[in-house]
Amino acid sequence: MSETSPVLRLTGISKRFGAVQALTDVDVALFANEVHALVGENGAGKSTLVKILAGIHQPDAGRIQLSGEDLVLSGPAAARDLGIAVIHQHPNLFPDLTVAENVFVGRLPRNGVRGVDWGELNRTAQRLFENLGVKQSVSVPVRGLSVADQQLVEIAKSLSLDARVLVMDEPTASLSSHEVERLFTIIRQLRGRGVAILFVDHRMEEVFEIADRVSVLRDGRHVITAPINELNPAEAIRHMVGRRLETLFPKEQATIGEIALEVRGLTRRGVFSNASFQVRRGEILGLAGLVGAGRTEIARVLFGIDRADAGEVLVAGKHAEIKSPKDAMRLGIVYVPEDRHAQGLVLDFSIAANVSLPIVERLSRLLVVDRVQERQIATDYSKQLQVRSTGVEQVASGLSGGNQQKVVLAKWLATKPTVLLLDEPTQGVDIGAKAEVHRIISQLAGQGMAIVLISSELLEVLGMADRIVVLHEGRVAAEFARDDATQERVMAAATGHVEA
Amino acid sequence: MSERAIDSPTSSALAGRIGLERTLTLVARLREVGIVIVLLVVVAIVTVQAPLFFSISNFEQILLNVSLIAIVAVGQTTVVLTRNVDLSVGSVVGLVAFATGDLLKEHTLGVAGAIAVGCLIGLGLGAFNGLLVAVAKVPAIVATLGTLYVYRGLDFLIAGGKQVSAIDLPRGYLGIASSTVLGVPTLILAAALIALGAAYLLRNSGAGRQLYAIGSNPTAAEVVGIPTQRLIFGAFVVCGLCAGIAGVLWGSRFGSVNALAASGLELQVIAAVVVGGVNIFGGSGTVVGAVLGAILLATIENALRILHLSEFWLLAIDGAIILLAVGTDAAIRGYFQRILMRTGRR
Repeated sequence: MSETSPVLRLTGISKRFGAVQALTDVDVALFANEVHALVGENGAGKSTLVKILAGIHQPDAGRIQLSGEDLVLSGPAAARDLGIAVIHQHPNLFPDLTVAENVFVGRLPRNGVRGVDWGELNRTAQRLFENLGVKQSVSVPVRGLSVADQQLVEIAKSLSLDARVLVMDEPTASLSSHEVERLFTIIRQLRGRGVAILFVDHRMEEVFEIADRVSVLRDGRHVITAPINELNPAEAIRHMVGRRLETLFPKEQATIGEIALEVRGLTRRGVFSNASFQVRRGEILGLAGLVGAGRTEIARVLFGIDRADAGEVLVAGKHAEIKSPKDAMRLGIVYVPEDRHAQGLVLDFSIAANVSLPIVERLSRLLVVDRVQERQIATDYSKQLQVRSTGVEQVASGLSGGNQQKVVLAKWLATKPTVLLLDEPTQGVDIGAKAEVHRIISQLAGQGMAIVLISSELLEVLGMADRIVVLHEGRVAAEFARDDATQERVMAAATGHVEA
Repeated sequence: MSERAIDSPTSSALAGRIGLERTLTLVARLREVGIVIVLLVVVAIVTVQAPLFFSISNFEQILLNVSLIAIVAVGQTTVVLTRNVDLSVGSVVGLVAFATGDLLKEHTLGVAGAIAVGCLIGLGLGAFNGLLVAVAKVPAIVATLGTLYVYRGLDFLIAGGKQVSAIDLPRGYLGIASSTVLGVPTLILAAALIALGAAYLLRNSGAGRQLYAIGSNPTAAEVVGIPTQRLIFGAFVVCGLCAGIAGVLWGSRFGSVNALAASGLELQVIAAVVVGGVNIFGGSGTVVGAVLGAILLATIENALRILHLSEFWLLAIDGAIILLAVGTDAAIRGYFQRILMRTGRR
């Protein structure tokens, strides 16, 4: 590793979205012939940094220098023209165009008046893939290619653009181990040709296999950059989680009762396998893990949105067949989804109409909804959850994020559930609303509800849960009692790094 | 100002938000009021230009012209709310109109019997659309474009170039359109009752709420266990039934029916629905709005005829109103969305 000047240098990069400070004063330098790994927890700011490099977001402050020259990445096209290629986790290709067309999209070779020179196009594209040492027919449509092959198309595209900087955002997330090996071979090859590579990931074993240098982000701040041989996985994890205050979420003690929900060997092929855990009344079970570890997917199966391929679910000790959300609700299981805009609220409806939606049939007498009772129920839950509004007739689209989340919760509480599956309940809400949501969760457990809390925020899980099940790539990697769980241990299990 | 806001650290900001939220809610409900205002402006302008326009009998004429379209628009609104559309309504009206007329002509059934059969045919045709869309999952715009031609084809098949004329129809049937109840023409009364009944049920019944929920947020609807498929099927059945009712009344209103009756009606109906503020992407809008939209378009048509303006102006103005109505909606929505973003909603 020569201490030459960096190809790309970011200095003092800050970026803010509304109330959320995504990046604060981040410095990163990428060198030619080097793979630079960027690691951090979910929400540490990795994706924001990638999007800044891709020209999708513009930083609020800071400098970006390419070969020592200041530049502004005004948009994706500008980044591309400057030789910065970004490969996103999910390749953005045109499925109906051929591989060759995708590689040269927007720059198809012309042939006088006759239009596209197909022969030239296919020959050039074929040469790119041969250069990568990959067998790939370039005249087939991209639709039907595996994610790994689609990534190669993106890589071929970046080669054709003579990219000097290649940014890869969690490229291995949906690859098999064999495909990861092939990708790493290609990455090493590109490194040998002088490309500076930024490799964003959170799997420790991969990072330590491929990277020459590691930078750690935490809460949007740059923590450390070190050559790979000066750091070990455990240290990297410690930098990722850091040491932070733990008193944000006051958890009330609740009486733990009998088992409300038990999952035995639950499997959904390609998503998660052999998941087993149980949760008791009054208990909060934390489901920790990285994005894509299978937490949400398990919740969706438990709520009957998706079906399991194998395994058994027991509700209150009895075998349960959950084929639809209706079945789940009848059994007292409800699921408060992650993306409340897409799955949670009808934004044109009033608070009252949203709250009554799951029970609207029960509230109807002779076809017509009992408005008085509806108002009463909505008012009761709004009061309990302290929804700030002009009244239950207010339209949901006008509420703040935190209050919308409370309305979603109120809606599900109106069905009087015994098991509550909460998916990222505080995502996108500000810090005050967050503490309030935690108070509510704690209070509901106190009332005897069994709660499964899915959260990407380690502190939230550690602060709220009585027990923590950690998932890694669709499997239960570890289970901790509240007192045994530390940030380091949970993070190590979540990143697939087995503790010594 | 809400007393709950006081204990919040940013109470003034919150008060501002709540004010804004009130305005938003109001704007959503103001859609119907907006149409009424435009309607009054049109009436005022035309009255100044042509005083003849402003008379009870002329208004009655306008409402009579609207009544059948309004009944179909009620059904169409139900379908559009679920993010679908029924292009076949014109053909359903035509087919039912001819079938009913034919039954009356041949005296196979009494007036009541023929009317009942006509309504049932409409219901059946709607159910077929519903099967295509809800069960076979054919996109509504394609499925009903297909049945638009199929139903019209059936119409031609049974009509075979014939026509049902006023002479062929029993007096009891023809009398429906010209009769009045307490001075109000029966057709107008029927349309008003159907519209108000549907408006009440869509707003207050469980199924009505669920229809809005499906259109507004299909994923949320699925997640709360709403039987989406069954309700979309139901919406098409209701739409078919409404078109059937309009079809049954068609012969009585116009005296004669041929195989081309009600051709192109679907576009008039959809225009009324859109001008009336029903979101073509589903989830919001009301039957009352759709009916007001139909009245607005019919009033303008009537006014232009009284002012002796050409057909070109009529079509151009109809088009302009559709664009204006939808454009204003988009602009207002966009404006408030931007304000909300600025006040810190995620």
